[in-house]
Amino acid sequence: MTVPVSLVVNGVRRELSVEPRRLLVQVLREDLDLTGTHVGCDTSQCGTCTVHMDGKAVKSCTVLAVQADGSEVTTIEGMASSDALHPIQTAFWENHGLQCGFCTPGMIMSAADLLARNNNPSDGEIRHAIEGNFCRCTGYQNIVTSIREAGKVMREGAAAPTSTTPA
Amino acid sequence: MAIDVLGAPVKRVEDQRLIQGEGNYLDDIKLASMVHMAILRSPYAHANIKSIDTSAAKSMPGVLAVFTGADIPYNPLPMAWPAGGSAGIQNNINMPRVLATDSVKWTGEGVAAVVAETAEQAFDAREAIHVQWEPLPTVVEVEDAIKDGAPQLHENAPNNTVFVWTVGDKDGTAAAIDSAEVVVKRRIVNQRLIPNSMEGRGDIGWYNPGTDEYTVWMSSQTPHIQRLLLTAFVTGIPEHKVRCISPDIGGAFGSKIFCYADMALVMFASKAIGGKPVKWVETRRENYQSTIHGRDHVTWLEIAGNRDGEISAIRVKTLANLGGRLSTVGPGIPTTLYARVLSGCYKIPNVFAEVTGVYTNTTFVDAYRGAGRPEATYVVERAMDLFAKEIGMDPAAIRRKNFIAPDAFPYENPSGLGTASGGAKIYIDSGNYEPALNRALVMSGYLDADKAKAEAKSRGKLLGFGLSSYIEVCGVAPSKWIGAVGEGWGAAMWESSNIKVHLTGKVIVTMGTQPQGQGHETTFAQVVSHELGVPMEDVIVQHSDTQGTPFGYGSYGSRSGSVGSHAAVKAAAKIREKARRYAAHMLEASPDDIEIDGANYSVRGSPDKVKTIQEIAFALDLGFSLPDGMEPYLDETVYHDTENCTWPFGTHVAVVEIDEETGAVELSKYVAVDDVGKKINPMIVDGQLHGGIAQGVGQALWEGAVYGGDGQLLSGSMLDYAVPRASWFPKLELDETVTPSPVNPLGVKGVGEAGAIASTAAVANAVADALSPLGISHVDMPLTPARVWGAMQAAKGGQA
Repeated sequence: MTVPVSLVVNGVRRELSVEPRRLLVQVLREDLDLTGTHVGCDTSQCGTCTVHMDGKAVKSCTVLAVQADGSEVTTIEGMASSDALHPIQTAFWENHGLQCGFCTPGMIMSAADLLARNNNPSDGEIRHAIEGNFCRCTGYQNIVTSIREAGKVMREGAAAPTSTTPA
Repeated sequence: MAIDVLGAPVKRVEDQRLIQGEGNYLDDIKLASMVHMAILRSPYAHANIKSIDTSAAKSMPGVLAVFTGADIPYNPLPMAWPAGGSAGIQNNINMPRVLATDSVKWTGEGVAAVVAETAEQAFDAREAIHVQWEPLPTVVEVEDAIKDGAPQLHENAPNNTVFVWTVGDKDGTAAAIDSAEVVVKRRIVNQRLIPNSMEGRGDIGWYNPGTDEYTVWMSSQTPHIQRLLLTAFVTGIPEHKVRCISPDIGGAFGSKIFCYADMALVMFASKAIGGKPVKWVETRRENYQSTIHGRDHVTWLEIAGNRDGEISAIRVKTLANLGGRLSTVGPGIPTTLYARVLSGCYKIPNVFAEVTGVYTNTTFVDAYRGAGRPEATYVVERAMDLFAKEIGMDPAAIRRKNFIAPDAFPYENPSGLGTASGGAKIYIDSGNYEPALNRALVMSGYLDADKAKAEAKSRGKLLGFGLSSYIEVCGVAPSKWIGAVGEGWGAAMWESSNIKVHLTGKVIVTMGTQPQGQGHETTFAQVVSHELGVPMEDVIVQHSDTQGTPFGYGSYGSRSGSVGSHAAVKAAAKIREKARRYAAHMLEASPDDIEIDGANYSVRGSPDKVKTIQEIAFALDLGFSLPDGMEPYLDETVYHDTENCTWPFGTHVAVVEIDEETGAVELSKYVAVDDVGKKINPMIVDGQLHGGIAQGVGQALWEGAVYGGDGQLLSGSMLDYAVPRASWFPKLELDETVTPSPVNPLGVKGVGEAGAIASTAAVANAVADALSPLGISHVDMPLTPARVWGAMQAAKGGQA
């Protein structure tokens, strides 16, 4: 049995027919090929599946696709504009905020949620805000720096200079 | 002229894809007609399999096949590193089969597999497999497992013993301990950990019936080794008929080094169903049961010396829990990589270790970040503090007194690194330990410890400082030592690099190493850009595919930076030499008269007679005009065997505050002064240290795999296992000393494991220091509020 689900994902309307037991993350990854959203656990701890649903960060492993019916969903693939990375993406790149990169999409989505609510967070507030996102590589230190620096750029309202080449 | 990027904090080239969600991890791969596999795992920790009924599962929707162990003709997984290597130590080996046939030895051992059109159909059908079990008595703790009357796991392993291995001078150490002024003894536990890479493991197997060839995508640190092991030892399929590919890897920390049953299972399944690709991806709960765990030692340590703080001997007896069957190099970790570096950075003349490998009804144990060396560092660093406390000496002073002196290198330690027969020795080649210690003391406020403790006490906190001075043996390893002398797995450990300068002057570097987040695509490009004088953006680094990269042993043991980059440096030198000879041909000069300055090859004394490496590559790769005997193309490969391991060192200082009411421990400050030699990319080095330190702190304070007596994994999900979170850490403060390694031309040592090796002992020592006013000398990890509070209550004579 399948049921119809209508979503706007990264600005594009998607009409889907899904099994009721399927999770939003499964629909994003498997039906829509948006594999930047990851699955790192089965108990809603790790946060690698974090996306935005109607502007708020959610763990897409803990949302049934049918619950998301009618929602606007933003995934990591929807963060950059056509010609520039999102300032948070740029900040993670410039501050070595990632190593293996598996937690990174979820971490960036949680950071975006935080900075939308509080564009000048303290380091303590940043660390608290990403409690639901595990990283095993970085010790979180450069993630905190990345989010702090992204907040600075976003406050200044200036588009972060973006390069697509190293160095 | 290209900018020299060697040593610069260059932004990583990997990140462009990863920050946009464009990485390509195993589970992101979709192949045409791909189907899915689920593995039924044992719910019992010890049981006989009486029968398996798969008939109902086979008739479920979408199911293509159901397999049990009886269907799989493959051999058990290989044991690549028995204790003692080829030195003739008795090892009672029991390896997992691809699917268990007669019995299971831990909860999570695979017994059947379903292949179905969708993953959900495979999960549904798995539920319909009926296994008739005969549960057997279980044992999960090593001290219980070796007792008379304990449940026996394997007929060939009396008292559940895998091996008993010793190293060092038994009689000399005994004499030193017997005659010592002071001897401190202590039982300490290095608890079991779950690696918790954020991406679990998975494989896709594809058998091509048209060519009789297999392709296996695997989340593995060692695709070349896995092709060798899967073909030569497990399946019998010819090696040249198998291609292994590791896509982007979402962290590994050692857990993805090994040969796992599922790798062979997806190969078998794909052929059995006629050649559709078969994907298997573990869930986190599966990862906790069927991917390796780390550590898990119980150790009785004795440290002896005089009242001036001069240490004369260290002796340990360690029981190492290796699980229900063995993982690929399980026995090698608590032997070579542990006991042979027990004396750490100290000149301790007498060392003796007896290590017993033990089977229990638990998941197998193998290399987890640091692999043996964190366990050794924990033993020796706790021992130094316990001894210092006993004689009333400052922990910094006792370390300083016993450090190997800067003029004592090369230093052969007494636990056997230099005593192997056959002429191949490894030795500690360089070091100067005191400056790092001194710097860490200043940065951490150690010199004002008494004032800090008094201030904390006024707030109801017990404050403690903990030191950890460490060395790491990394950059593994000389093949002649690891192989021929019988000190390791039955393979070599050289590394490989191929460099091609193509017609357009762009450079493709292929490596035998295998990144899992370390940034090899950046750092090796920095090295080759530096060596050839070409812009870094003209260099691309490829890896991870047995088709198209030279054989390599993969990445672990902090080896890629040292051994791998050395291979790349040597390959670049061969490129330069051929380019020099071809430049001479182009410029009608003698090769001896060609001077190389970056990318420019000019005739000595005639700087206007010059060709760039790009011009040389264009002409040489076309090959229209070649000097006698020269082959076309600027393409060179190097297989490099290192002369020695590398020896990073440093001192870390942790500061903790313990709440007197609750026992809660807060890590309030952390200082690390590390000497990892020269750095290819200091930004990446710092990141490796941050992550390693966090994992080591995790062991000290929070993490631990917990089994019930029935062998059920109680910490069986991320709900129950304390993966450290961002708010649990202070900002880590790093500094360095730089002693270039003499082993390789870049002077690099390797840094992947250093943080994890040092930090556990630093934090544990800090907690012990904080609790010492209560008369508490040691609490076993993890130092949770419950444990610390219990120890405080017991010390006060109350009820714990």
